[in-house]
Amino acid sequence: MNILNAKQTKGYSPYTCLAALGQGDTTTRLSAVVMGLGSICHGQVVKGILYLAAELGYLAFMVRYGLHNLAMLITLGEVEQQEVWDEAQQVYLYVQGDQSVLLLLYGVATLLLTLVMFLIWRGSLKSAYKAQCLQQKGSHVNTFREDLTTLLDDNIYRLLMTPPMFFITALTILPLIFMICMAFTNYSKIDNHLVLFDWVGLENFAALFDSNSILGSTFWSVLVWTLVWAVFATFTNYIFGMLLALLINRKDTRAKGFWRFCFVLSSAVPMFVSLLIMRTMLQPNGAVNVLLRSLGLIAPDASLPFFTDPTWARVTVIVINIWVGVPYTLMQLTGVLQSIPAELYEAAKVDGAGPVRTFCSITLPYMLYVTTPYLIATFTGNVNNFNVIYLLSGGDPVTNLASAAGSTDLLVTWLYKLTIDKQYYNVGAVVGIMTFIILSVGALFSYRRSKSYKEEGGF
Amino acid sequence: MKQYKSAKAIRRRNNILIHSLLAVLAAIWVFPVLWVIMTSFRAEKGSYVSTFFPKSLTLDNYIKLFTDTTILNFPQMFMNTLIIAICSCILSSFYVLSAAFCLSRMRFKMRKPYMNMAMILGLFPGFMSMIAVYFILKAIGLTEGSLIRLALILCYSGGAALSFQIAKGFFDTMPMALDEAARIDGCTRWQIFTKITLPLSKPVIVYTVLTAFIGPWVDFIFAKVICRANSDQYTVAIGLWKMLEKEYIDSWYTSFAAGAVLISIPIAILFLKLQKYYVDGMSGAVKG
Repeated sequence: MNILNAKQTKGYSPYTCLAALGQGDTTTRLSAVVMGLGSICHGQVVKGILYLAAELGYLAFMVRYGLHNLAMLITLGEVEQQEVWDEAQQVYLYVQGDQSVLLLLYGVATLLLTLVMFLIWRGSLKSAYKAQCLQQKGSHVNTFREDLTTLLDDNIYRLLMTPPMFFITALTILPLIFMICMAFTNYSKIDNHLVLFDWVGLENFAALFDSNSILGSTFWSVLVWTLVWAVFATFTNYIFGMLLALLINRKDTRAKGFWRFCFVLSSAVPMFVSLLIMRTMLQPNGAVNVLLRSLGLIAPDASLPFFTDPTWARVTVIVINIWVGVPYTLMQLTGVLQSIPAELYEAAKVDGAGPVRTFCSITLPYMLYVTTPYLIATFTGNVNNFNVIYLLSGGDPVTNLASAAGSTDLLVTWLYKLTIDKQYYNVGAVVGIMTFIILSVGALFSYRRSKSYKEEGGF
Repeated sequence: MKQYKSAKAIRRRNNILIHSLLAVLAAIWVFPVLWVIMTSFRAEKGSYVSTFFPKSLTLDNYIKLFTDTTILNFPQMFMNTLIIAICSCILSSFYVLSAAFCLSRMRFKMRKPYMNMAMILGLFPGFMSMIAVYFILKAIGLTEGSLIRLALILCYSGGAALSFQIAKGFFDTMPMALDEAARIDGCTRWQIFTKITLPLSKPVIVYTVLTAFIGPWVDFIFAKVICRANSDQYTVAIGLWKMLEKEYIDSWYTSFAAGAVLISIPIAILFLKLQKYYVDGMSGAVKG
């Protein structure tokens, strides 16, 4: 362990930015302005030139586009699209106005780029100071080639993490910041703000919390249903999956493999396919109603209102979610169940505990203890469970036509409807942020207390 | 002796009860799968049927899927999805495995922040950023023609490195002594990664590769937003979804079932294979 630790603590080096500015020599301090100067003067020419090139590139970009982008971020554009009469061609020409969406996007992207540049700047300062110190001590300063080889060795994390980080920044973080910004604008179909929009501060949040407005009352009812759904969907799956796993794992059950196969088979069908199938089967004239009619359980022209009655629809999605989810739970819990020490069960048997008592006092507490992180993850997944609701009921039935949300709509599917169908981008973003806040309060709190997080901390 | 017999009888009764319960449950779980297979061979068209079992069987639904390419070009969708799946599978497996390796075997300053960031990003509704992703791809010109494929590949592989947890958990179970020994013998980290860690991680590699490969086949919401009306770039998932829309459902319903069966078979096979590796991958590598 010692070798590794020695290598690893190198990451926390004494060569900090402040030290570089305070104790560096002239060229090192000057690299704060002319990046790479320190490195060039202390024998790392290629590295210095690369830093310099990065700085020049950034400056060129800022002069050409960046400053304009940042300036436009304040107003988000004011020029509307205009018609101009062209004498020569005898036609009206459209002069492209400002497009606030793009301006916002470019502005946010420029900000992120500046942040990245700041990190590179810090890196250049540190590396200049390090080279200076090494030179003063008379020790070896790495050549560029040697620097490159450390990328395959002690610095391999830089090499391996950079491409994923680049894509995460470009395709996850940037869009997320962009959407969060939208929550503070009036980008929506209301009042025709789809091309030009402006910052409005916290107005959208105020509208969502105003329980007298349609939006506000819808938000609260959707939120309540989302939480109810998440609790039911998580725990019905968990308990049912566990009972099933117990039944199959029982000592006396024959053909364990066969039973497991039956259940896993349905989860091997892609989820969106099985959900679409379920939806068509439960239509008023779908297979289930046909089957019930031909069995004589309901009248020949009657049908059960699976997706047309609000209460029926809510129960239906929860029940179907059991059908979809239990095979996964079964797979995941089987291993954990088998790891419960057999002595516990033997001791319980000696003490005369029945099966119910054994389950409540041994199996359930043990499982809850081991699978808490899994439960939290499932709960989070269910709050954000877009597929099941969207593909099954589509949020229907809609009882209140003004609100755009149906009885089975979760916050996420409502968010989808608000943005894609209605084009209320700002409200959609607010709903997204609220979902995040609700989830993170619960999840962060319980993650930090959970066993696996603490163990990782002490690793 | 009598008591022994009655205990045996109770056990017998319980066994019969439990087995019949399992049989009923298994029937419920298997029934929709059987029903869609049955529908895919049904000769009568249309989505709504008056009888439960098909009156006559046919292979036409499968043939239609591959020959009737004027409205919904299934073979092309299949090829699109295959290309996207292969490319994004290679990229995202590389991202996931290398990120997991770094996070598990090395300690560096950005390690904890990165792991916390991954957790926080996971809490946002997944497609909240989707519209923004569309705008970004549009701004760099990836939303026209066959570049859409590249856009989808980037989307599917881009965030992959955020779901490193399973692979990291697997690498964590490998004894550090292996790495130490290798370093004393003069291995670089890269050599440790490629010559020691990866060869020992077959279960988790298979798991990562297969999940990454299955992703594009079963995702439909992202593909729908990015493809918009470019029907020649559709993936299988959008195609199947389209077949159930009002204007197509009557003539395409049975072919939808056929398509569902066709893509379910390979995925089901992969999945059943995967299941073994999934269990192995969760339970760790070389026991130290």
